Amino acid sequence: MKTQQIKEDIYWAGVIDWSVRNFHGHTYTTGRGTTYNAYLMLDKKVALVDTVYGPFASEFIENIRAVIDPARIDYIIANHVETDHSGALPEVLKLCPKAKVVGTQKCKEGLYKHYYCDMDFQVVKTGDTISLGKKTLTFIEAPMIHWPDSMFTYCPEEKLLMPNDAFGQHYAAAERFDDEVPESILMDEAVKYYANILWPLGSIILKKIEEVQKLKLPIDMIAPSHGIIWRGDPGKIVNAYVSWAKQETKPRVVIVYETMWGATERMARLMVKGLIDTGVDAGLFDINRADRTDIIKEMLGAKAFMFGSSTHDNGMLPNIAGFLESLKGLKPKNRIACAFGSFGWGGGAVANIEKVIAESGIEISQPALACKYMPDKEEISRCYEFGKAFGAKVLSG
Amino acid sequence: MQKYRCQVCNYVYDPALGDPDGDIKPGTPFEKLPDDWVCPLCGAGKEEFVKA
Repeated sequence: MKTQQIKEDIYWAGVIDWSVRNFHGHTYTTGRGTTYNAYLMLDKKVALVDTVYGPFASEFIENIRAVIDPARIDYIIANHVETDHSGALPEVLKLCPKAKVVGTQKCKEGLYKHYYCDMDFQVVKTGDTISLGKKTLTFIEAPMIHWPDSMFTYCPEEKLLMPNDAFGQHYAAAERFDDEVPESILMDEAVKYYANILWPLGSIILKKIEEVQKLKLPIDMIAPSHGIIWRGDPGKIVNAYVSWAKQETKPRVVIVYETMWGATERMARLMVKGLIDTGVDAGLFDINRADRTDIIKEMLGAKAFMFGSSTHDNGMLPNIAGFLESLKGLKPKNRIACAFGSFGWGGGAVANIEKVIAESGIEISQPALACKYMPDKEEISRCYEFGKAFGAKVLSG
Repeated sequence: MQKYRCQVCNYVYDPALGDPDGDIKPGTPFEKLPDDWVCPLCGAGKEEFVKA
């Protein structure tokens, strides 16, 4: 495979991880695989922007060699410590005797705590530049987008922003650019990536985007560290990030439930009918059959959530409990929610769910509905009306 | 003195300790921190802090 040129004398030298299905542990399901993007910039001085995940070091070095002898690399820009971008760094450094590693102070400390090897490291701050000859590298610190060490690298002459993990997607493809892949798939993966990785960091993201916009940097290409490069319309993904960071939503309800013998599921299916009949958009997910990270993707743009569980051992079932615990960390804002579920004797699940909803900072906009064993005729009607009432609240707010 | 917690990373600013790495002396109340002070753990700004 030819190493692809993305701009004059700038090459994509990354690797495609076609097979990965569970990313950083089991926290993110990568149904379409991913890529680890790194960029080689050839000038009087040679810069490598980021590296790749450690197990791909050999293939990565082959990709670099296809463009240039690694011994000629003067700078390796480490935008981010995380091992999917720095894992190959120790191996690459062995081949680059004169290379300086460039990053933030926190990056320097973090790389040491990962690899315990000495590097010739140059600490940079926002506004610092390195001239490669015709091309310049400008650095913008981006703490907590998405780690304390994170940094963006910008090349003004090429109007190229390399923001590492920001604006990325887990999407393995032979193509490199947004105008070469189906837009619906690209945006689906971009939404999933934001929802699962960046959702809690919206306020910081918004400030950083405003800061970069004030600098009035011309940008005609955004080359992230995962997935597809934005060149057709880089503004599209920036505007999408602004909307997500502002926690803008649509009148949509995502129902997530866990059921034992089907009663809670029966309730959920009646409620979704009520929702749909009010005209609100709705999606229904069984936590044991749908993928957790896909559900979080679905929730990003939704105004409202309904969570259901049967009662077991006086509380909610374990998998919905785990899911709701992870929801707390996402810190959704401007959302409403409610709880439902079946029980046999003492109950307890809906109270537990409401407690977690409140702890997540989400408004409980109507009291929970609980049914004993299977819903009877009157309860069937109440479930449907419960959905209708909630749908009306979503549409009115 | 009131402690403050960073909502981004859960770091707690304790005025009794200050922030030596950020040149903030022990005994400095949160309200007296400079506007450009950032969380020493994650870099978030003062506005991300709430009372602990």
